Amino acid sequence: MQKQKRRAVIIVNGILFLIVLAWSIPTIGLLVSSIRYRNDIRTSGWWTTLPHNAWVATGNQLPIPEGQTRDAPITINGVTATYAEWQQGVNMPDGTRLVWVGNLRRGQLEEFRQELSVNTNFTFQNYEQVIGGRQYQIQNPDGTTETVQGDDMLGAFLNSLTVAIPATIIPILIAAFAAYGFAWMSFPGRKLLFILVVALLVVPLQIALVPILRDYGQIGLNGTFLGVWLAHAGFGLPLATYLLYNYISGLPREILESAFIDGASHFTIFVRLILPLSVPALASFAIFQFLWVWNDYLVALIFLGFNQTNEVLTIRIADMVGSRGQDWHLLTSAAFVSMIVPLLVFFGLQRFFVRGLMAGSVKG
Amino acid sequence: MSKFVKLALLFAMILGVFGVGVASAQPAGCPEGIWDEATMTAELISACAGELAGTVVTMTGPFTDQDEVKFNEAIAPFEEWTGIDIQYTGSKEFEAAIPAAIEGGAVTDIVDFPQPGLLRRFVEGGYVIDVSTFLNAEWLEQNYIQSWLDMATIAGPEGEIMAGVWNRINGKSLVWYPIQAWEEAGYEIPTTWDELIALNAQIVADGSSPWCVGIESGAATGWAATDWIEEIMLRTTSLENYDNWTIPADAESRLLFTSPEVTNAATVLGDLWFTENNVYGGREAIASTFFGDAPLPMFEEPAGCYMHKQGNFITSFFPEGTQPGVDYGVFYLPPIDEAYGRPFLVAGDIYSMFHDRPEVRAVMDFFSRGESVRGWLASGGALSPHRDASLDWYGVELERNIASLIADATSVRFDGSDLQPGVVGAGSFWKGMTDWISGTVDLETALAEIDAAWPTE
Amino acid sequence: MQARLDQPIAEGGSFKLDQMLLSIGMIVITFIALYAGFVFLRDSTADRILIAIAAIIWGVGGIALLYFVFNNLVEKLPGLWMNRLQPFIFVGPAVILLAWYLAMPTVRTLYASFFDANTVNFVGLNNYFTVFTQRQMVEAWTNNLLWIIVGTVLVVVFGLLIAILADRSKFESTAKSLIFMPMAISMVGAGVIWKFIYDNNPEIGLLNAIVQGLGGEPQAWLTLVQPWNNVFLIIVVVWLQTGYAMVLISAAIKGIPEELLEAARVDGANEIQIFFRIILPSIAGTLVTVVTTVIIFMLKIFDVVMVMTGGQFGTEVVGVRFYRAAFTEGNAGFASAIAIVLLIAVIPVMVYNLRQFSQRQTF
Repeated sequence: MQKQKRRAVIIVNGILFLIVLAWSIPTIGLLVSSIRYRNDIRTSGWWTTLPHNAWVATGNQLPIPEGQTRDAPITINGVTATYAEWQQGVNMPDGTRLVWVGNLRRGQLEEFRQELSVNTNFTFQNYEQVIGGRQYQIQNPDGTTETVQGDDMLGAFLNSLTVAIPATIIPILIAAFAAYGFAWMSFPGRKLLFILVVALLVVPLQIALVPILRDYGQIGLNGTFLGVWLAHAGFGLPLATYLLYNYISGLPREILESAFIDGASHFTIFVRLILPLSVPALASFAIFQFLWVWNDYLVALIFLGFNQTNEVLTIRIADMVGSRGQDWHLLTSAAFVSMIVPLLVFFGLQRFFVRGLMAGSVKG
Repeated sequence: MSKFVKLALLFAMILGVFGVGVASAQPAGCPEGIWDEATMTAELISACAGELAGTVVTMTGPFTDQDEVKFNEAIAPFEEWTGIDIQYTGSKEFEAAIPAAIEGGAVTDIVDFPQPGLLRRFVEGGYVIDVSTFLNAEWLEQNYIQSWLDMATIAGPEGEIMAGVWNRINGKSLVWYPIQAWEEAGYEIPTTWDELIALNAQIVADGSSPWCVGIESGAATGWAATDWIEEIMLRTTSLENYDNWTIPADAESRLLFTSPEVTNAATVLGDLWFTENNVYGGREAIASTFFGDAPLPMFEEPAGCYMHKQGNFITSFFPEGTQPGVDYGVFYLPPIDEAYGRPFLVAGDIYSMFHDRPEVRAVMDFFSRGESVRGWLASGGALSPHRDASLDWYGVELERNIASLIADATSVRFDGSDLQPGVVGAGSFWKGMTDWISGTVDLETALAEIDAAWPTE
Repeated sequence: MQARLDQPIAEGGSFKLDQMLLSIGMIVITFIALYAGFVFLRDSTADRILIAIAAIIWGVGGIALLYFVFNNLVEKLPGLWMNRLQPFIFVGPAVILLAWYLAMPTVRTLYASFFDANTVNFVGLNNYFTVFTQRQMVEAWTNNLLWIIVGTVLVVVFGLLIAILADRSKFESTAKSLIFMPMAISMVGAGVIWKFIYDNNPEIGLLNAIVQGLGGEPQAWLTLVQPWNNVFLIIVVVWLQTGYAMVLISAAIKGIPEELLEAARVDGANEIQIFFRIILPSIAGTLVTVVTTVIIFMLKIFDVVMVMTGGQFGTEVVGVRFYRAAFTEGNAGFASAIAIVLLIAVIPVMVYNLRQFSQRQTF
């Protein structure tokens, strides 16, 4: 029995480890890339930072045979290959590799030997630039140069928090009330309204941008945080209501019945009983909603306006990585910087996913 | 109840901390005689006198990062002279955000459009202010070549309007080459198409690939190929045909993609690209190589290829530390048929106006002058379309050369795909080229499919 | 049903005018306070941190307060009225927000879908005809079907597998965090990571480095390897979204009472039997929810495809077509028709959900 159990543990952990490993490879690649130099990222794989066999030039050079053409095979030191193959490099019988450097007329053959090598050229410069702001060398018309310091992240970071926290809590609160209403209260139009909620899950939020902007213009909400919170709340509500409905409707009926018998009102039951019992569901939705809001670009840009003081982190980062997104060294480190907060939220809320919340409550 | 009282108190306390203070510095005024008053709008004159100090003009566009800094540096003197605060915010998702902001009535005073095709939509919707109502017409004709003014003239709901002023441009008809590798191989810059083809053959015979080409660009894959077609069009047919192909006046005069002219241009391109050994990595690599990675083999040791045609922005993708004039040079893509002169393909930014206030007018007038890009020319990364911008202002030798190449061109035409309706120029044209190059469809089908997407109205 | 009749008598039996006035007064004060707060926040130029904190308190506290004062008023009403109105206090705000932010724009979209590009000329069902016949759209629908089937199955199966395994592992927290991590990565970041995997150049793309190491030819995975490039895109989304399914399913598994599992073990059931007889039925509701939302997600799939291939090379999907029609092409009519067809396409998914909804007993 004991032995069987140990085997089960090994199988469970073994499979889990394999899946997690597969899932982590891209993330590890990103992490490693984020501490490499710009040129390294663009010219060699991140895995070359691990020990690997690489061809290293020995310094030996051979002259190229003259009068060759690209189509006819060329024989060098007893090995015959086409010109294209020689350019790629050909493994010689003695374990070395000869590479044709240059073209058919001019050039030489360079000898390489396999050696264990590690690429450990790391830097935190990327993070410094992302967090502290980039520096730009500007040449003035009078010939002098000056260095312009780009904005740091603090302002954008605060803006992101200001947007994300209420934009997470508000829809959850509203959706929890609605979910309880749909699950446990009866009223005319209940079914119709619920259909509305689920159907709206599929509506692309882009269709709402123009009409909402116009309404905001009328009531002065353009460029305000309230406007963004409400927009995120509105766009997040279908999923929030649907997920929370699923959970709240699954709570045991007996708990509510006994509460009503004790004379509690719907409001009291909701606040005192349902909310605490729904913590795992609230926490899981909070994680998702926070993530979406935190990583959102379009809604923030449109409703906070084209305005530097209101810039959120995603906009700040996107603006930093080159007009054509060419700066991968910054993209990778910025991706990690912007990941920190959502991960903290995840770790913070993960402790609510515990067994036994319902224990005892049924007996009421 | 007491809860609310406490809450209200809390708000009041927070309020107390909020202070409002606006400091306004005395504007210095524009330098004496910098512009001829006869050419200036009344608003610019009053701005120069410091009468509009303290006003704010908001602006948005696709400049971010370095471009945004350079732009801000370039307009800083004007802000000091006039006391007008030009607040520029660059944005990446320009494509989705700008239409929503314009149609939702939340747009900035001035918007920078990198594609006149997109601007056309808003002119047609009646959102854009006609700058010819207040800018001095003689001045515009004096300071821009006619092509630019024509390209800014767009039909709105109430007739044709001047939809903005051109401010920063990029040259496209440029071929980049690695100087050291060329010297080692003994190649010389071709000045005619025949020389180019001869050089092409020489490089192939020498065992290398002449060209590096990459058209992959995520959501915009294919645009680099459309540039090539446009270059060849300009070199193999008349300007009239080019214009009818890109911005036809009406449905009848439209030059179809399936016309002999466009088919011929594509055939010329196909012959160049699909001939074995002509392109680094072969035909497959063209479709799947990121445009920014495409020039990199030029800088490898040995050089993977010897030529790369792309606009002047491509230098920001070159390896770190490579120097113009030392590591890379540039030459003009030679004419194919001398009958069509030395055309130059360009792209650029047109600034359009959405709110009519005196300070916005003054700023628009400023943007019609070379002085507004002077700082940018000095720090590099921009070319000026203004005639009053001196070649001496360029801080980068290579860009000065490009600017003089453009000045020497017999004709200048804008990137056609940016002029065509979005559904073609940023849609079926890209896709058709990609499908053809990756071998999904043949040329005939690809061109017919591009045509089919052209709006019927 | 019993409770509903008894309960008003038990609580709000007598009706008091002064208390009601007090409740109304509270509502008025709340509104004034909230408006004042709104004006502060809109116009103030104070320190950023202060504004941020004030804004958060104002936004979150304000909403909670609104529920409280309105409910307070309703609970002062006579029993019958209270019973009629209270549900609307609960669902009202959600319905109003949804109507404003999504439902009304949808109605406008429905209207626009019968018109041409600039919403000027009526074109009848022409746009809908295009949605189903245009070559790109046919390609998009076919691909979306692939996304829905392959994508949903992979996300749900991996999510379930990881949730179950992690529940039995000592390393639960670590494992779940690592699976969740991709969800926290921005789309641009994800684009770069996968470039390092799929890149054509074996020097940069891991997959090609492996293929080359095994003696194969490097491939252009996302572009030229058609139609498999769709699957490579789906893998990216599975990597991103499995965390979603895992979190929800894991929360549901935690809701299964330990006694139930223990009892089954004592009865000699093996783990596979426990999974099928106890765990699966217990989390069935959550699974339906997860499957429903993931299907809808796959139906709307947009950003990964847009960033990585732009819908070219045979990877067109409906979401990308919608985006391009709406923004690049400025064809409001066609874009609207796509959105409406998407709405109709979810009906089958909703049927199961509604059947279960209708069977519920409320109070």
